[in-house]
Amino acid sequence: MEKCRFLFSGSGGQGVITAAILLAEAAVRFESLNAVQSQSYGAAARGGAARSDVIIWDKPIYFPGVIQPNVLICLTQEAFDKYQSTIRPGGYLVTDSDLVKNPAFVDARRVELAFQKTVMEKIGKPVVLNICLLGAIVELTGLVRLDSVKELIRKRFSPSFHEINLKALDLGAQLLRNHKKL
Amino acid sequence: MENNDVRFIQGNEVCAEAALYAGLGLFAGYPITPSTEIAEHLALRLPQEGGKFLQMEDEISSLCAVIGASLTGKKTLTATSGPGFSLMQEALGYAIMAEIPCVIVNVMRGGPSTGLPTHAGQGDVMQARWGTHGDHAMVALTASNHADIFRMTVEAFNIAETYRTPVILLLDEVVGHLREKIRIPEPGEISLVARLRTAVAHGVDYHPYLPREDGRLPMSDFGDVHRYNVTGLYHDMWGFPTEKPEIVYGLIRHLVDKIENYSEKMTRFRKYHTKDAETLFVSYGAAARSALHLVENRRKRGERIGLLELNTLWPFPADIVREAAAKVDFVLVVEMNIGQVMREVKLAVDNPDKVFLANRIDGQLITPTDIRNILRVIHGKGV
Repeated sequence: MEKCRFLFSGSGGQGVITAAILLAEAAVRFESLNAVQSQSYGAAARGGAARSDVIIWDKPIYFPGVIQPNVLICLTQEAFDKYQSTIRPGGYLVTDSDLVKNPAFVDARRVELAFQKTVMEKIGKPVVLNICLLGAIVELTGLVRLDSVKELIRKRFSPSFHEINLKALDLGAQLLRNHKKL
Repeated sequence: MENNDVRFIQGNEVCAEAALYAGLGLFAGYPITPSTEIAEHLALRLPQEGGKFLQMEDEISSLCAVIGASLTGKKTLTATSGPGFSLMQEALGYAIMAEIPCVIVNVMRGGPSTGLPTHAGQGDVMQARWGTHGDHAMVALTASNHADIFRMTVEAFNIAETYRTPVILLLDEVVGHLREKIRIPEPGEISLVARLRTAVAHGVDYHPYLPREDGRLPMSDFGDVHRYNVTGLYHDMWGFPTEKPEIVYGLIRHLVDKIENYSEKMTRFRKYHTKDAETLFVSYGAAARSALHLVENRRKRGERIGLLELNTLWPFPADIVREAAAKVDFVLVVEMNIGQVMREVKLAVDNPDKVFLANRIDGQLITPTDIRNILRVIHGKGV
């Protein structure tokens, strides 16, 4: 398989780092792949810029940083402006259509989806925005099965949060499927 | 299907699990980024395993509590980062002088002072060696990946018990916070060194500082049947202070020789593609991940590059470095400081002029591209 490098970016509190961890953990625990996950963060836990790097591969991974992502995920305009130039030519640029405006980029496959809007309409709680995003990433890349992520959510989250997160995951996956049809 | 053998956790959590595996009885510490997860994980896990977790008021008291608990027979640990490690230097010297086994983890961040709390550095290598005052030997281990963090943490406890000495585990922000796959070894898979206790019975004169023929000093749990003195002053075999030159001389020689004479037994390293290498990287910790990445990539193109990854930094494995560097054209030391290990490598090799430094000191992990660019300059190819 090709080495797949993800760069998740957004602002602190959106949960992009949690989404990155779940993706990488599902790859390791359920798909017998190798993965590394790292994050860079400053002193601000909430509101500041958040970034997480994930590499998934079937071979040993040494350097854990992502310099040119195959999949760049931006959940804020600031993150998009900062990282848009790093994307690997031909890679996927995944953005929220309401949070990031005009993600014009010539050499990437653009995946603009209404994560926030959908989550607010169908679930009404912004806290699962990241899991909705994760559903779309899983569906987009096909490295990890959706069922594996569901199993992981059941193991990692307390039971009272299972339903809302599983629903968000399915919503994200459906958003991506609809996008593919277009 | 879930693979139940593997876990996906941070390097700091691996270190904490390895300490439990080694038989940790007490952790005392004060949380500090980027080491906090070690304390956080042990606050939950250590009581579950019957151990004691103490959050102290600072790092001075943390290491002092660790020393006291070790004397009572427990395997003990503290974890910190640069600023806390600075505060521990006095107690570290005490542990050396009083010969108290304990393990101190320093998850390095950018320094000096409070420096860069959330970013990476490897600037505490010399502090680990010489941070506490006076002549002394020192054991410091390091690791670049989860399997080795586990292995070296257990090793740190084993060395501490065998040689009655504090052992420093130098991790860094990158490996401490990195998540990757780890299979936790089964009990018995890695051998453990238990506390060597004296066979001297209650009421019989016990000499806490009288080495056996093999150099080891059996301990007696403090507060148990023997009464004895423990001090940071030069002391006799009963532990009482003395200024007699021959005893002072004997003790300092013992403290240094018990480590230096057995340095081979403490030397851990990994070699990658070194046999036919024309260029040798010497690296450790997170920087070694970048070096290995470059080595594996350039080998595919036929470049004869190899890596000597050091897991033991102190005592410095000069013989291993000299031997690995003997036939190469260039040695490139890859580290995230201004050349702390490079100095040792220059001292170790036959021709120090062929030793160069590839470093980054801006809080960022050195990248394979950074190393490659420096290598190109050394090879006369320009950037």
